[in-house]
Amino acid sequence: MSVVLGVKDLQIAFGGVKAVDGLTFDVHEKEIIAVIGPNGAGKTSAFNCITGFYKPTGGSVVMEGTDITGNRPADIAAVGVARTFQNLRLFNDLTVLDNVRAGMHLNRGQSWADAIFHTPRFKRSEAAYTEEAHYWLDFVNFEGPRGVPIENLSYGQQKQVEISRALARKSKLLLLDEPAAGLNYTEKQNLLELCRRIRDLGTSIVLIEHDMGLVMELSERIVVMNFGREIAEGTPAEVKANPAVIEAYLGKDEEVEIDGNA
Amino acid sequence: MSPVAAKVSGLLESKYLGWIALAAALLAPLLTASPYSLNVMTTAAIFVMLAAGLNIVVGYCGLLDLGYIAFMAVGAYTSGIVSRAFDLPLFFTIPAVLVMTILAGLIIGAPTLRLRSDYLAIVTLGFGEITRITANNLAVTGGPSGIYGIPKLLTFGDFSVHSPAVFYYVTILIVAFFVLASARLGKSRLGRAWRFVREDEDAAEAMGIHTYKVKLMAYIFGAVWGGFAGVLFASHLTAISPKTFIFLQSALVLMAVVLGGMGNMRGVVVGALVISLLPEMLRDLSEYRYLAFGLLLVVAMVFRPKGLWPARPHEDERKKNKEPQETAVDAAVSRGESR
Repeated sequence: MSVVLGVKDLQIAFGGVKAVDGLTFDVHEKEIIAVIGPNGAGKTSAFNCITGFYKPTGGSVVMEGTDITGNRPADIAAVGVARTFQNLRLFNDLTVLDNVRAGMHLNRGQSWADAIFHTPRFKRSEAAYTEEAHYWLDFVNFEGPRGVPIENLSYGQQKQVEISRALARKSKLLLLDEPAAGLNYTEKQNLLELCRRIRDLGTSIVLIEHDMGLVMELSERIVVMNFGREIAEGTPAEVKANPAVIEAYLGKDEEVEIDGNA
Repeated sequence: MSPVAAKVSGLLESKYLGWIALAAALLAPLLTASPYSLNVMTTAAIFVMLAAGLNIVVGYCGLLDLGYIAFMAVGAYTSGIVSRAFDLPLFFTIPAVLVMTILAGLIIGAPTLRLRSDYLAIVTLGFGEITRITANNLAVTGGPSGIYGIPKLLTFGDFSVHSPAVFYYVTILIVAFFVLASARLGKSRLGRAWRFVREDEDAAEAMGIHTYKVKLMAYIFGAVWGGFAGVLFASHLTAISPKTFIFLQSALVLMAVVLGGMGNMRGVVVGALVISLLPEMLRDLSEYRYLAFGLLLVVAMVFRPKGLWPARPHEDERKKNKEPQETAVDAAVSRGESR
């Protein structure tokens, strides 16, 4: 399996705080990887470095052989990285369909002159946009209304739209930041099945998630972070048995603090 | 909704409304064609064009611009200077106006790309004032007295666009084209990108939208619209001076956009007509008319905070729905399970 995304020794510091400190992992084709860790471990910071929202202070990010370290988010998206955000980042005043069309912005097919004169090219292009938007909404089994502003929808539906928007980008790699947060049991089951269907499209997935049941069932490999460092990497079974991981999540068994002076 | 309200709302959303409005504008001189009323109507039409241009920048792209009138000044001065220097009708100055307004759009756009909201507003305010003061001090722009004796828009041999009625019709057709173009741009790939940037710049970037390029395009289109309005303005008054391009004018255009409904082209046209025609209608109140004008605007914004006719994003649902019953049942079942 070829490597889609290669993250090597990734670092970012905010003042004296090293939010990500030497993160290294590869994502292979059609692979589902989870990044887990306690709150504040640097997972979202790592995502932001990979997608260009933060400029890494060290290390490299390579997407299918192209070094994208520190590029603009728009350029990184153009190379084939799509993402969702931890707190929904939708275009609230716009319709559901328009939100999904955002993912297709890089599909050309019309110029501003076509738009002003409503050329046949423009009409074809708009029809294609609409059809494709419906396709991706169907793909995520979205059942809500599609012509209304997105702020009128339920949270679960908004999450579905955010994923369709990212899918419409048709990228090789999809980064999902806490896709299951706030979803009920059924919605989580649907998400699980959806992620597998996305993988079958040929898209690799990296997800940050706190729901361990979902992570263990879905991911092929898990990267565990704590205090910006990568403390473990492996299959779900390996990670579950790793003492460092147990320590990060549950604390140490013995009272080691006694010999420290804080 | 009552049947009457439904009919009215149907008419307001109708795609033929623009044609109806154009027909009304073309027929208006049949009701009143005094030099005064033609002058008022022509000025109102030019103002509509300005508002249409500012709507691209502020309404679609969400970039607050407090110096928009500067683009009108650039257009008016460019056409005035070029036409007088080469003794050409204004129509032939269009290429020069295009070049200068695009340049002006880039000059104001490029340095402000990283600025947001209030910072951007201050810089654009400064740009507007700089343009006016520059025109006030340069020799080529005629200094404080400006440029006068600007040629007609177009001359063929003996025929020229000089009668107020003919100029009114020419203005209406040009303005109609630009209003239509800006409405259509709003519903295109570029127009959507502008709205994505307005709603959430980071999310737009994550979708591969180069927000700098998209914002620059908004500035350039806004500048070109303003510049062409300036050409019409110069031709209408045959004289321009720096006093015409004061901050109050930028504020009035912005008010037209906000009062009408930011981002909704139809609302913006209504807002521009209200702003330009209301003071004329209040003429009977003589010195109190601007007081009344101000009060009416305040009342309008209190009762319609999003504008007289705000943008209501809405699209038709898909016509063919595959297996609607089955999906409805599925949804009901899954909802039952989740409880």
